[in-house]
Amino acid sequence: MSESPSRPNSFFARTAERVGRGTVNAIEEVGSGGIIIFQSIFWLFAGPRYGQPVRFGAIVVQMLETGIHALPIVIMLNAAIGIMLAIQGIYTLKIFGAESRVTFGIAIAIVREFAPLITGILVAGRTGSALAAKIGTMRINQELDALHVMGINPIRFLAAPAIFGMLIIIPAVTFFSGAVGLVAAGLYVNVTLDITLLSFFEQVIDILSVDDLMHGLTKSVLFAVLIAVIGVVNGASVTGGADGVGKATTRAVVQAITAIVVTDMIFAYIATLS
Amino acid sequence: MTENVEPDIEVRDLVAHYGPREILHGISMEVRKNEIMVIMGGSGSGKSTLLRHLMALEHKTSGSMNILGRDIDSLSMIEMFNLRKKIGVAFQSGALFSSMTVAENIMLPLFEHTSLDRVTMDIMVRMKLEVVELGGFGDLMPSELSGGMIKRAAFARAVIMDPDILFCDEPSAGLDPAISSALDDLILRLRAALNMTIVVVTHELESAFKIADRITVLDRGNILFIGTPDEIRASSNERIQKLLNREPDTEDIDPDVYLGRLTGKEEYGGVEL
Repeated sequence: MSESPSRPNSFFARTAERVGRGTVNAIEEVGSGGIIIFQSIFWLFAGPRYGQPVRFGAIVVQMLETGIHALPIVIMLNAAIGIMLAIQGIYTLKIFGAESRVTFGIAIAIVREFAPLITGILVAGRTGSALAAKIGTMRINQELDALHVMGINPIRFLAAPAIFGMLIIIPAVTFFSGAVGLVAAGLYVNVTLDITLLSFFEQVIDILSVDDLMHGLTKSVLFAVLIAVIGVVNGASVTGGADGVGKATTRAVVQAITAIVVTDMIFAYIATLS
Repeated sequence: MTENVEPDIEVRDLVAHYGPREILHGISMEVRKNEIMVIMGGSGSGKSTLLRHLMALEHKTSGSMNILGRDIDSLSMIEMFNLRKKIGVAFQSGALFSSMTVAENIMLPLFEHTSLDRVTMDIMVRMKLEVVELGGFGDLMPSELSGGMIKRAAFARAVIMDPDILFCDEPSAGLDPAISSALDDLILRLRAALNMTIVVVTHELESAFKIADRITVLDRGNILFIGTPDEIRASSNERIQKLLNREPDTEDIDPDVYLGRLTGKEEYGGVEL
């Protein structure tokens, strides 16, 4: 038997090794994410020519799972966020005697920020983790090998429907989230400030521009790609058994939420530069 | 058995690594048409690695492999997809998709690779379920099946496209002797009914001697012996006798090789889809 490679002894050497290994793994994962996106686009357009079409039915299943099945929790969370913004807005503006201007802050905050952010975090925790767990379990159960030997490309079969399903449904859910948040905030404002829901929404329409709407929806598209790719990459890197699946699922959620928040910040900065 | 026909599988000087470790050290073998070839060996001998290379699931370091007369290195992506349609695999764990019923699992290759209508596919699935004696179990989920039933369902999925070659990874692992014997009978029936070439990796001696036309014995990544069951029994080679007498060979187990065998990869597996 040949000897195993020797392990560094000093604390600094071990730390350097861990940092180096982590960096290499991170670079590999980012690269893998890029390859998965590229191949998914490839299979979407070239799949039929190779007898490997991305099935519309699989995309619809992903849309149902990501969007429709998540509606109850989406409604609850966004209603809560809308009411919370109204409460805080009225409380803050009361200092200046400008409570009636609360609609401005609510509309901008919900459409540009909270609707895409809350929807992204919700989908990352719900669907991103499920995707990582599904693919991880398939890997350790040899189901990915089974796809390969059956002549079924796993990226075409698993990753592409997830990415395109989320790309379609997450912006739609984000739009719906914004509407729910605004309705909930409007109802609270109606009760508290005696402004009718109709007047509230007239103000909202006056305040919001197409640019505000596109700001939120564009972010939701980016979040959709991040959630799907991070879920797939973590699932596909599972080693070991059930323990490995659990770790990959946790990593997928943490990485996706971190990526969403950081991307949100960068996007907000770039979009408001001019 | 005709010996001068072109082999369905031909391997020349196959060298394979897991990470820095060389697992297969230049394997050369061939599997003839309609033959049942059993690959045997102790833990860490490289038999699972060899099977994964035969199934084109791993990238070899060097050597050549011809499957059904095609050099797999020269195949385009489309040609590789088409070649895979002629190969069936029954995995050790069954590898049935847990989100699909047994019938949907078996139907998947038909759905993906043919333009048959649903009624025809249903009929073909029912026929294959009958062949593996699982008639009436098509609507169950894999989690509702016993170990032996999962293996038989995996066989049904593996042969749904009437492949030319069937690979079986440890078909009787974890099963009681009666069910194991029934699976051996199933393999023999499938060969007779579908005229397939079959490669079986197993460590079960009784099973190997019952089904094999020829047996390849692997030892530490090398081929120790290729011959008929009678030739193997008659061999005076000390290591073969050790294997036949089920004597443990613990000094051969390299922890890294063992880890690689268990996980399929090194400590960090990397992203693989």
